[in-house]
Amino acid sequence: MSHFKTVLDAYNWDDTLQSIYNKTAEDVKRALGKDKRDLEDFKALISPAAKPYLESMAQQSQQLTKKRFGNTIQMYAPMYLSNECQNICTYCGFSMTNKIPRRTLTDAEILKETAFLKSKGYDHILLVTGEANRTVGVQYLKHAIALIRSQFSNITIEVQPLDQDEYELLISQGLYAVLVYQETYHRDAYKKHHPKGKKSNFDYRLDTPDRLGKAGIHKIGLGSLYGLEDWRADSFFTALHFKHLQKTYWKTKYSMSFPRLRPFSGGLEPKVEMTDSDLVQLICAFRLLDEDLELSMSTRESEVFRDHIVNLGITSISAESKTNPGGYVVEKQSLEQFEISDERSTESFTKMLKSKGLEVVWKDWENNWQ
Amino acid sequence: MKTDNLTIADKTFQSRLFTGTGKFSNSKIMRDAIRASESELVTVALKRVNATDLGDDILTHLNHPSIHLLPNTSGVRTAEEAVFAAQLSREALHTNWVKLEIHPDPKYLLPDPIETLKAAEMLVKAGFVVMPYIHADPVLCKRLEDVGVQCVMPLGAPIGSNKGLKTLDFLEIIIAQSNVPVIVDAGIGSPSHAAQAMELGADAVLVNTAIAVSQNPIAMGTAFKLAVEAGRLAYNAKLAPPKNTAEASSPLTSFLNL
Repeated sequence: MSHFKTVLDAYNWDDTLQSIYNKTAEDVKRALGKDKRDLEDFKALISPAAKPYLESMAQQSQQLTKKRFGNTIQMYAPMYLSNECQNICTYCGFSMTNKIPRRTLTDAEILKETAFLKSKGYDHILLVTGEANRTVGVQYLKHAIALIRSQFSNITIEVQPLDQDEYELLISQGLYAVLVYQETYHRDAYKKHHPKGKKSNFDYRLDTPDRLGKAGIHKIGLGSLYGLEDWRADSFFTALHFKHLQKTYWKTKYSMSFPRLRPFSGGLEPKVEMTDSDLVQLICAFRLLDEDLELSMSTRESEVFRDHIVNLGITSISAESKTNPGGYVVEKQSLEQFEISDERSTESFTKMLKSKGLEVVWKDWENNWQ
Repeated sequence: MKTDNLTIADKTFQSRLFTGTGKFSNSKIMRDAIRASESELVTVALKRVNATDLGDDILTHLNHPSIHLLPNTSGVRTAEEAVFAAQLSREALHTNWVKLEIHPDPKYLLPDPIETLKAAEMLVKAGFVVMPYIHADPVLCKRLEDVGVQCVMPLGAPIGSNKGLKTLDFLEIIIAQSNVPVIVDAGIGSPSHAAQAMELGADAVLVNTAIAVSQNPIAMGTAFKLAVEAGRLAYNAKLAPPKNTAEASSPLTSFLNL
């Protein structure tokens, strides 16, 4: 069973980028005309040559999404458990060198936060922490999952990468999915943005989805952080990663997220701008690559953007999110990981979804099956 | 004109056409048809040959340096019988390759998925290169891959039916998600069926009845050779799209103010 590192090592970043930029209108038209698309078609669809075909891509993306997912959209809520972190990441508000008050939620605080989310209707929860193995290591996560398991049908985490046996332990406790973004697949840029901490180990992070697949996780969420490097190359490598995993760990579901670099305390300006139009192109390209892939959208994006993207391919979305530990109830003013753009209430947001003819799905899993 | 090579386990094949040995009117015609097809992997039913007899008619005619024998377990009904048959063939024919066929149903010869998976796991552990003949079941293909088979051989239609790729939709899924070579087996009745399977992205096809029962098996062997090469070339050259680009009816991207 090969690991993705072997696959990635066969590629060269600059050559890949060049091949994307060399795609022509004919390549785009060919890709648009096919029923099943491969990674060369994906390159064409994310290339500059595809820009004039964006509307056609959007139309097809909408049709494919409706065919596979119907007129539904799933809701989830992130809950930050801790902002403690032993990494330096140049783009993140939780970075170790950032002098902010640190806190990790206690059991009572966790339950206060979850009570708020339950009152809003959420049944799918995403637990988020910084990377601090001693305070929010696997035992803390195991305890947190046990604490809230009866309240939520679907528990997902976005935390530091763990070993396979640690994932197996959390899955046995009711963990459904893990989100782990490579941030960038450019090795040198990765090193520059992660100079210190366990996260600076590019290969360990790259191998995380393989460990998750072996551990038998239900769902793996992938993504890059757009703005660190050329988004076209990073999204190609993300697609390559997804395809490798899908073929190897075939019992696992996959989701894709599209975080763009957002402002935060002491923040980094994006090296490469990814416009709204670029993001629409990328989301549609992923839908055209795979009609079953879950595409997820956070509150990083603006109201206008989110109002339109829910009809273009996105299948799960958050609302009213807080990116600070205790941000819903316990300590609303603690420092955020990044600023959100869409601050509408859950009620207001779901009303908008319904006005577009979309069924709001709160529950789509049963954790008692595990 | 040769296309790209196919590697299975430790062997590389220039031809992506695999053939069978049943139903020919005599062994000489069988030999000539196989040579005309340029097939390098030829399956032979263990139940039909006398492996201990150096003068066995079928084996004698297949004795050629470019031909690799692939014994099959046709006739067995359980995993245990299949493992026993494979062990016999390894001893008699000096090959650890085996085409795993388990069909308890004598009428349609449809493969038993449960016994096949069981046998595949046992044979892989015993060091065999296992090539399982199966229904076009994408989940079974992944399960077989997980236990370590070297390829999968889904059927296009019931064996000997010459009906072509009746399982097309499932073959597409199998090809899209397989990490091992996919060889379409059974049902291929004409060169156009073989070309279609190769255009679809199959790594090889296995043909027997269509060649053996044609009026001119030698010419048909050549026809299949050309069809498989054409299909593979077409697959590598990327087929032109079958439909036009979708036309926008009401703009979905106008909010971007492009």
